[in-house]
Amino acid sequence: MIKALLFILWISFLSLPFMGIKGALFLLFGISFAYGIFLAVKKSSIIFKEVKMPGISYEPRILYIVIFIILLALPFGLKDYYLDVVILAGIYIILALGLSVVIGFCGLLNLGFAAFYAIGAYACALFMTKAGLGFWGALPLSILITMISGFILAFPALRLHGDYLAIVTLGFGEIVHLTLNNWDSLTHGPNGISGITVPFIFGFALGSLSHYYYIVLIFVLAAIFIVRRIYYSRTGRAWLAIREDETAAEAMGINTTKYKFLAFAFGAFWAGLAGALFASKMRFVSPESFTFMESVFVACMVILGGLGSIPGVIFGSLLLVVLPEALREFQLYRMLALGTGLVLMMVFRPQGLIKPKTTINHRGH
Amino acid sequence: MFFQQIINGLTVGGVYALIALGYTMVYGILELINFAHGEIYMLGAYLGIIFLGIFTAMGLTQYSLFLSLLLTFIFSVTFCSAYGFTIEKLAYKPLRKAPRLSPLISAIGVSIFLQNYVMLTQGATDKVFPHIMETTKIEFFNATMTALQVFIIVTSLLLMSLLHLYVMKTKTGKAMRAVAQDKVMASLLGINIDRIISVTFIIGSGLAAVAGLMVAMYYGLVNYYIGYIAGIKAFAAAVLGGIGSIPGAILGGFVLGIIESMGAGYLSSEYKDAYAFVILIIILLIKPRGLLGKSAKDS
Repeated sequence: MIKALLFILWISFLSLPFMGIKGALFLLFGISFAYGIFLAVKKSSIIFKEVKMPGISYEPRILYIVIFIILLALPFGLKDYYLDVVILAGIYIILALGLSVVIGFCGLLNLGFAAFYAIGAYACALFMTKAGLGFWGALPLSILITMISGFILAFPALRLHGDYLAIVTLGFGEIVHLTLNNWDSLTHGPNGISGITVPFIFGFALGSLSHYYYIVLIFVLAAIFIVRRIYYSRTGRAWLAIREDETAAEAMGINTTKYKFLAFAFGAFWAGLAGALFASKMRFVSPESFTFMESVFVACMVILGGLGSIPGVIFGSLLLVVLPEALREFQLYRMLALGTGLVLMMVFRPQGLIKPKTTINHRGH
Repeated sequence: MFFQQIINGLTVGGVYALIALGYTMVYGILELINFAHGEIYMLGAYLGIIFLGIFTAMGLTQYSLFLSLLLTFIFSVTFCSAYGFTIEKLAYKPLRKAPRLSPLISAIGVSIFLQNYVMLTQGATDKVFPHIMETTKIEFFNATMTALQVFIIVTSLLLMSLLHLYVMKTKTGKAMRAVAQDKVMASLLGINIDRIISVTFIIGSGLAAVAGLMVAMYYGLVNYYIGYIAGIKAFAAAVLGGIGSIPGAILGGFVLGIIESMGAGYLSSEYKDAYAFVILIIILLIKPRGLLGKSAKDS
């Protein structure tokens, strides 16, 4: 109790130069008051009584079908604004799944993932505006280019470990960002590229939000399916082995170089896809969307959900996209809340929201 | 031109080195990339403006500029150290045994928090640091050096030497080195690990505060997002020199500063921020553990 009050006093004191005497006093009484209420509630233990969950037994398959139907019906029940957020969340899920392959499966900390996202988006934008390709022609090409850039980054990355790798990927992200900002003749610098057309299928323009929703939904489901299949394959197990102990993995005959290359390229594949989807969804790309904060944001999604867990990645992305949007009314305070939330989350649940099932347990024998 | 760029590079490099020291010391002991460190530097710059404003309002600056500046430095450093200390206790200490990436996310959270905290309390517009140091210029070899540049280079060199002496000669410094080498062994020998970690954060934050103040004086403008780019560059400097090594961070800071101002002067200033990273990647390709880093066998 006294310790807590001293702590509140200390925090208020720290905020003194920034908030002035009035602000610090406000903080002091505000937090003390909140703490008092918290204590009172705790004593009467209204909240802390265990709520028993009603024991519904369900077939997981039925649950999946229900979720699938809800997903299919979503555009009919949602306002455009919310649908927009859902589409964005879908793009982030693809992106985060890609990064989860690199960080979560293979254990390589990549802090420049937004660079791949940017390359995918810009490649798609350029193919569509300058080369006059349609979306479906530009998509595979931009993914290919992103994968090639993944290979290029993998060369230095393969020689480095841990935090040295982190800083090189961070540097790569910055270099790509600066290039996009300054290569005026190709990228139009900070103005970005606009005038990206919508995708067509058999001459039918897919321009409306709900069309995009279904396109993104198909790709998200495909991404989840493919990443899951690879996670439980020989390649996935090799990645996990490298993550757990590289030397041991090599001793067991895993070609670590090859598999790290694969992880980078595979991660870049999804980033390229997400980038291309983002470009055609927004019909506009500018360097502003691909800053270091973006890389950090995606990394947070992967780690927050639980490293190496596919449901965790999905959940983490949803949380980090939807939560700031939900808090939009508190515009000014939402980033403050996001920062606090990240710290609290890590302090109280450092392993992430969803703990990954290990391959061995899951596969049985 | 050449000497001018060297001087500019040394000035910026000294600042990078001061921030990099905080990164490298924390990394040496906790193996944590303290992403919030750049924000401490930003807090230092803001605190400098705030305290100098208070002293000017009190009439102290008009009475004695030196005393006022000295007090501003002391107050800012104290507050920043207190911030560093508190952040470690709140955001990193509970995570000592957590998976390696968790403290990193926590640090990113702290960084986002502090940026927005300053933005909300101090406003999103640029803050101006009052122009107080007279611009005496020293000229040599076709280059000019302002009194402020001399001040920055001398102060950073002085602080680095003090830190070196502290780490090498005092008992706490010895304990710090011991903890960096082997935490478990150090605690078995009766070293209070928590205390050493706190001391590390306090010293690192103090150095960052000085760097922030000097940058605010040098450029005259401060914003709530300056911590981010300075932070990642200082981190690059620490890695360049070999992360965990104190002389490495100093060398890395100066090398980075000089490369950057050379690149800006001779090539193009638009890509100023990119040169540092290009050189960093090339150096790490040749020496994967930085210029003065331990070889792979040691660790």
